[in-house]
Amino acid sequence: MAEKSLFREFTKGIVKENPVLCLVLGTCPTLAVTTSASNAIGMGIAATAVLVCSNAVISLLRKVIPDKVRIPAYITIIAGFVTIVQMLVKAFSPAINDSLGIYLPLIVVNCIILGRAEMYASKNPVLPSILDGLGMGVGFTAALLLMGMIREFLGSGSLFGVQIMPIQILIFILPPGGFFVFGMLIALANKLNTKAGKTPVNKPCAGCPMKDKCSQTECEGTKTALSDNADDNGKEAAVC
Amino acid sequence: MLIKSLVAVFLAAILTENYVLCKFLGICPFLGVSKKLNTAVGMSVAVTFVMVLATAVTFPIYTYLLLPNGLDYLQTIIFILIIAGLVQLVETVLKKYIPSLYKSLGVYLPLITTNCCILGVTMLVLQKVTTTTAYTYTYGHALINALGAGIGFLVAMVMFAGVRGKMENCDIPKSLQGLPITLVAASLVSLSFLGFAGFVDKLIPLG
Repeated sequence: MAEKSLFREFTKGIVKENPVLCLVLGTCPTLAVTTSASNAIGMGIAATAVLVCSNAVISLLRKVIPDKVRIPAYITIIAGFVTIVQMLVKAFSPAINDSLGIYLPLIVVNCIILGRAEMYASKNPVLPSILDGLGMGVGFTAALLLMGMIREFLGSGSLFGVQIMPIQILIFILPPGGFFVFGMLIALANKLNTKAGKTPVNKPCAGCPMKDKCSQTECEGTKTALSDNADDNGKEAAVC
Repeated sequence: MLIKSLVAVFLAAILTENYVLCKFLGICPFLGVSKKLNTAVGMSVAVTFVMVLATAVTFPIYTYLLLPNGLDYLQTIIFILIIAGLVQLVETVLKKYIPSLYKSLGVYLPLITTNCCILGVTMLVLQKVTTTTAYTYTYGHALINALGAGIGFLVAMVMFAGVRGKMENCDIPKSLQGLPITLVAASLVSLSFLGFAGFVDKLIPLG
């Protein structure tokens, strides 16, 4: 029984609670580095490594870190691991380091990692936390890979650098193509979810770790009404 | 030459290298807070403010403290801690001394710590110091670049809030409702910014 639930911790991140396609977290790297399949794998593995390590350490320290300073503490731990991963990538795979560029250090502010720390690792023992991190990381990598393959295939007519198609639709590796492919993938995930009888989670803020703090900004995932709602509506009417 | 390069950096940050639509930094607030024009403007002003302030602090710390001592590998940790501390400080100062401003911007501040466009901008301006060859990229350029990035964020948010307002009453296929159609709309807005490619280089030729 125990083994079965541990296995479930691992698999839930891959399909059911896929961080990118179902929870819609970590959109920045998803859009930015998926211009080719190999970039997507590089980013996925780097983020998975950070996620597993930070989940493990945060879970170990969950009783030591005071509640009030937990977010800065988590960010510091995550930043430490990101620096280690950054140095390893620089040393062993400089090509990936060059192609990921600024997005490698930006794993620090990837909301999947802070989100799992806040929602899972801070409340659960070490082993499930590691498996949760691994599952979420694999789910993240799989989603990135899927998107990277679609964009590389359509945009440069190749897969993993091997030329397949003579036609190249350049727009798919440019920023607009990123937004478009991501939108279509989420639409597909929504359709599959609805078919399976589940309600699709497609609010950009619903899975965000900071959603409690920003409830006043009326993120779409949160339903709290602002006190000056009437004023807001008036302005919105003016916009339309 | 200095004025010319400053204007070029400012325009490039807004139009040709727009941080949201061309570099994908700060997508979460772009998708999440852009539904209403006034929240979009509030968030953008707060982001611009923190962006300039963060660059003003991190640029000298990196150039005069970390780099000469061979500590540049600590960049990620130090920068994120500086940004987190700065946001907290700004929040406290605003709350105590300028309550009216705190009321309008304060709610956005806690969000900004983990916003990747702030950390992204502070790191990208430092990369430009070594990669810019046409002129010397100074502290002033970095600050103007950060300001331009913030204004670019504002422009993108305001444009997008308008587009979303138009979408409100449209008949959208069921599986595309919500986030998917928002992303497709973002794709079109981003497409319009592709038209600016090469615009600044032609307008203000440098070196």
